[in-house]
Amino acid sequence: MPEERSKIKVNCTVNGEPVALAAYPLERLLDALRRELRLTGTKEGCGEGECGACSVMLDGRLVNSCLVPAAQVEGSVIRTIEGVAEGGRLHAVQQAFIETGGAQCGICTPGMVLAAVALLEQQPHPGEDDIRRALAGNLCRCTGYVKIFESVLKAVDGGR
Amino acid sequence: MSKAELIGRPVPRKEGREKVTGAALYVDDIEPEGVIYGATVRSPAARGIVRDIVFGEGIPWDEFTVVRPQDIPGANYVALILNDQPYLADGVVNHPEEPVLLLAHPDKYLLEEARRAVRVEVEELPPVFTIEESLEKKEVIWGEDNVFKSFLVEKGDVDSVWSAADFVVEGEYTTGAQEHLYIETNGCIASASPAAGVTVWGSMQCPYYVHKALVKLFALPEDKVRVVQTETGGGFGGKEEFPSLVAGHAALLAWKSGRPVKMVYDRAEDMVASTKRHPSRTRVRAAASRDGKLLGLDIDFVVDGGAYATLSAVVLSRGTIHAAGPYNCPNVRVRSRAVATNAPPHGAFRGFGAPQSIFALERHLDRVAGQVGLTPEEFRRRNFIRRGETTATGQVIHEDVDLGGILDRAFELSDYHAKRVRFARENASGTVKRGVGFATFMHGAGFTGSGEKFLQSVVGCEATADGRLHVLAASTEIGQGTNTIFAQIAAEALGLDYERVEVVRPDTGNVPNSGPTVASRTCMIVGKLVETAALGIKQQLTSAGLLPEKYTPEEFERACREYVEQHGSLKSSSQYKQPDDINWDDEHYRGDAYGAYAWAAYVAEVSVDTTTYEARVEDFVAVQEVGRVIHPVLAAGQIEGGVAQGIGYALYERVAWERGRMANGQMTNYIIPTAADVPPIRVHFLENPYPGGPAGAKGIGELPMDGPAPAILNAVEHALGVAFDHAPLTPEAIMEALEREGAAA
Repeated sequence: MPEERSKIKVNCTVNGEPVALAAYPLERLLDALRRELRLTGTKEGCGEGECGACSVMLDGRLVNSCLVPAAQVEGSVIRTIEGVAEGGRLHAVQQAFIETGGAQCGICTPGMVLAAVALLEQQPHPGEDDIRRALAGNLCRCTGYVKIFESVLKAVDGGR
Repeated sequence: MSKAELIGRPVPRKEGREKVTGAALYVDDIEPEGVIYGATVRSPAARGIVRDIVFGEGIPWDEFTVVRPQDIPGANYVALILNDQPYLADGVVNHPEEPVLLLAHPDKYLLEEARRAVRVEVEELPPVFTIEESLEKKEVIWGEDNVFKSFLVEKGDVDSVWSAADFVVEGEYTTGAQEHLYIETNGCIASASPAAGVTVWGSMQCPYYVHKALVKLFALPEDKVRVVQTETGGGFGGKEEFPSLVAGHAALLAWKSGRPVKMVYDRAEDMVASTKRHPSRTRVRAAASRDGKLLGLDIDFVVDGGAYATLSAVVLSRGTIHAAGPYNCPNVRVRSRAVATNAPPHGAFRGFGAPQSIFALERHLDRVAGQVGLTPEEFRRRNFIRRGETTATGQVIHEDVDLGGILDRAFELSDYHAKRVRFARENASGTVKRGVGFATFMHGAGFTGSGEKFLQSVVGCEATADGRLHVLAASTEIGQGTNTIFAQIAAEALGLDYERVEVVRPDTGNVPNSGPTVASRTCMIVGKLVETAALGIKQQLTSAGLLPEKYTPEEFERACREYVEQHGSLKSSSQYKQPDDINWDDEHYRGDAYGAYAWAAYVAEVSVDTTTYEARVEDFVAVQEVGRVIHPVLAAGQIEGGVAQGIGYALYERVAWERGRMANGQMTNYIIPTAADVPPIRVHFLENPYPGGPAGAKGIGELPMDGPAPAILNAVEHALGVAFDHAPLTPEAIMEALEREGAAA
């Protein structure tokens, strides 16, 4: 096993908490988050930036954490799916996903929810075309996306 | 909550909160103490003799656990039907990526280097890659004739119709493989030792399939093998039989190393090594009269099963039975074969053979209609099966099926007639051509024929002293909503609050075998057992004099408490018993193939850009009768998701084969529909309660896979006036056809 000393410390903020993330120098942010912080809501779907299951917010922008070297997030602010609900209170997008059928098997859901949250933070009242464009980097194999669009629209209407 | 409120209501998904917060634990999210990682060394060749396995330099091999065929404690095959697929190739390989050797190590990065450092030297034998080569017996690679299974379904005397028929129309249709592309790849964690037995946790549809396979692989008694389903990130059939292989591999490494072993495929491995939908070739010969009556159908249906038999016989069976569609045709012959090729075994995929044969028939009927001089609609309307008429297997339809009404509704919602006329007019100019097409079809729910009788599925219920109900079944939640609908059904049966019912995680150490989560059987077959098991709880309470016929939730709770205090526990179970009116002759493939069918009409609107040759689905309407709808949001979600997979199957999802190996095994170049690609999918249910299902429900899961591909290719023909007979229909195929047309004009 690679020894502990071969890891580097990357100082960043994750879900509001300052952390010194221990990571191998060429490691993906995805792996470091999952292993070191046990933030396993961030999923690996393809490992090549196609499916969006590993989406996280990096300094307010949605990124595929499988394409981000951990060493690159020094000083950054990261938000994962675990940081979306605040104080146990679900975000309007999460609530809408439960009620409107936006989540089926759930494996794309963390990334999809983050993509929707990122959209609503940029654009509080998107239309369906905006939603389609914003979510086009997050693949879902269960829903055909219809209930996901409905969920996001519902979150817009019922906003917090 | 009163009874009438629960069925048909969109209650919140049981495990919804865990899924939207990222708290749900999938197999890769679980990291047991002391876990090491497993990898599979695979065959580089399609067919041959393994001459040597060379362990490359620079790897500390003494640190690795290595499993070879001789390390297998029991039988070296994946127990399923014919048991012909080895866990590890022993001397010969029959497809690319066939497992040859297993490795485990605590460092997953070093493990990957090691996997790449093993060289499997194969003396190649001549391979077979296509259905044609297999049928011609270019090489005999399986059994005596490369045929895994064949069926013959006969109704009437089809050979008597050709000479007198006004029209005889022939056609050939083919479909490619399709990758499931569940977003969670296959994975298992295993813990195993001779003393403790074998336990696996994994992503799967069918815990008892895995259980059966591990019992044989380790030659252990059944109670020494335990299989637990973890949260499963999509299945679609891809986690029906395949997890038995992954679980066995992880367990073999755990058995040898004495450590828990995690084996999670990366996407590339999952795509090249796991099962896909069977490629198919169907020849249809149809006879029709001048007044548009279908007189005869002679169908030759062949599927490519890949290198081992696995589930091909049953896939072929469903495809065969669905091949003649929901039409009243007096003379039918369906001959079918599943054949071997040197590709990884093709397996279960939503629809299970039916999408292939239905694609052929629904394309062909448009062609026949054209020859007869009727619209596709009118020709079908004259032949729809009605109550009292018989299917190809001679099954008398006892339900009030109204395909004409279903089609009317689909046309109304899609504005089909007006679009037919408008597009035909507008297509005369412009480079983007539009078209609208449809397909009508049926899908049988549950195992075919006597299958459910042999399965003998069991569901248990247990009430706790505080009046809560636990449902115990091996049926898995894979996104489709098992947890939610089972809770609805049980709560409805007992008049309980939805929140008071919990569906227990499938664990073969704890739940009875309610059968596999496949074949659109979970709601209709297993759901009915949930209903009766729940009613069994009530019956025990009333027999014990603790509960009146009509009761309040408080009275139910008190009765449970008293019963549990007196007897220690309150349990009931229900086992499937085939209704007396279902009769099936397995030898002649005659009789009642399914307990119930869902009926549907799907309409697709497409545009084809004649500059880029891109076809897009612009609008989609799916109307179906599925008995009673238990949960409108989940049910619509099943249809929408299935339609999207069907759109992919029709237009995007092409598996490029290179000597038996998937060459485009990445999400980058195997394309599934994205949020930007799917059209509005408008779903409508017509309800006709089926007495054999819980609260009147039938099966639903596979149905939506059947209709989109033929509806879309029918629409493309309407748009371009050019017929296409292969799915997926790629821009390249459209380009070639239009250039051919242009050259001919």
